[in-house]
Amino acid sequence: MNAPLPKRKLKVATTSLAGCFGCHMSFLDIDERILDLVELVEFDRSPITDIKHCSPDCDLGIIEGGVCNAENVHVLHEFRKNCKILIAMGACAINGGLPAQRNSLDIRDILAAVYARPGRGVHIPNDPEIPLLLNEVHPLHEVVRIDYFLPGCPPSGDAIWKFLTDLLAGRTPTLGHGLIHYD
Amino acid sequence: MSDPKTFFLDEEEIPFEEGQTIIQAALSAGKYIPHLCYHPEFKPHGSCKLCTVRIDSRTVTTEDGQTVKIPGRAAASCTTPAQAGQHVESEVPEILDLRRTLVQMLLVEGNHYCPSCEKSGKCMLQGLAYDLGVMDPHFPQYFSKREVDASHPDILLDFNRCILCELCVRASAEVDKKNVFALSGRGNTKHLICNSESGKLGDTNLAATDKAANVCPVGVILHKRHGFEVPYGQRRFDRAPISDNPAQYAPVKEQV
Ligand code: SF4
Ligand code: SF4
Ligand code: FES
Repeated sequence: MNAPLPKRKLKVATTSLAGCFGCHMSFLDIDERILDLVELVEFDRSPITDIKHCSPDCDLGIIEGGVCNAENVHVLHEFRKNCKILIAMGACAINGGLPAQRNSLDIRDILAAVYARPGRGVHIPNDPEIPLLLNEVHPLHEVVRIDYFLPGCPPSGDAIWKFLTDLLAGRTPTLGHGLIHYD
Repeated sequence: MSDPKTFFLDEEEIPFEEGQTIIQAALSAGKYIPHLCYHPEFKPHGSCKLCTVRIDSRTVTTEDGQTVKIPGRAAASCTTPAQAGQHVESEVPEILDLRRTLVQMLLVEGNHYCPSCEKSGKCMLQGLAYDLGVMDPHFPQYFSKREVDASHPDILLDFNRCILCELCVRASAEVDKKNVFALSGRGNTKHLICNSESGKLGDTNLAATDKAANVCPVGVILHKRHGFEVPYGQRRFDRAPISDNPAQYAPVKEQV
């Protein structure tokens, strides 16, 4: 009989692009089940570890938020390069979400309205350190290939748990009634 | 009196009355067929194609003994009359895939930001998408630029979410006798218009109690000063899937 393969923990990286971190907060709503999860996975780049760049051998990349600036594009490409499987988590990652509601407006008008209103001065921030804004906010699948989508604004802790446990068990994740939500 | 007529919907025998369409007979018999532009009180429109079914597929045996399925014709069940003995496929993978694609196309074509939509939780497009297990938009987002019309004192129009089902058009013409709404343009420029000189809803005679103001299946025609009244988790499609109670969509029987 063959000896069972030594169990290797899956490497998981997570990040928030043009999102509000609500999906990450919801992730924490899986509560004490996170103890079961860390038996199966180890966190690479994520807000929990504060690692700045993902290792080249990540298994899973979980991304919250859409793409609204040049840095988002950069991070998203880095995730695609370093993770075998990418998950778009939450409404913003999937269709741009609320940030994409600016897409019907002109970017110059928005910047002027925010920074150059009477009483607020006329200076539109242009420091090279500030990532360049894109004309439109985009969902992730318009920029790189995405393998799985986990809808919700945010998806509930239960939905995230069901999704991840399905995936880790080798099943196509499905969310039945009550777990699948767009809001 | 003629014998009761029946057809088969996913192998189940469904009775129907002469003149009923497939969807009418199915809903009366408590079998749900997805739909958006069908409404039991109005003439069928046949535009959304969510109610598509396959009719009379055949299985034939080829000369070398293999069985091959020859798919029957695809048809909108809201406009196709029921016929005795016909075999209708609805909840089959191929048709469900097609419906999923249609829902994805509708979602990317408008600007459907459910978290900020007052219809969320009771929206038929959303309810259908949940039921079909739509997890992703699949297509690039269209990000169409559409206006909002807040000129009416009681009703707000957010054209971003219009699926062009014409339910408001039919309600206004057939029930309210006012012709407040119409569709204009073709292809991807097709859009809903209001029948007033200014084109503004505020300059029409629409009343908040009109059928047309209360029939939109999605979040276009909204009542002002009402919003997010039912808490998350207790809204219609939070409590039960859209397919759960087909009787609510069944045609009203004529009183004789
Ligand atoms: S109309 Fe329906 S699908 Fe569109 S944003 Fe509103 S709730 Fe979502
Ligand atoms: S406003 Fe509503 S009812 Fe009217 S066509 Fe658009 S989606 Fe249909
Ligand atoms: S419900 Fe039949 S085509 Fe829309």
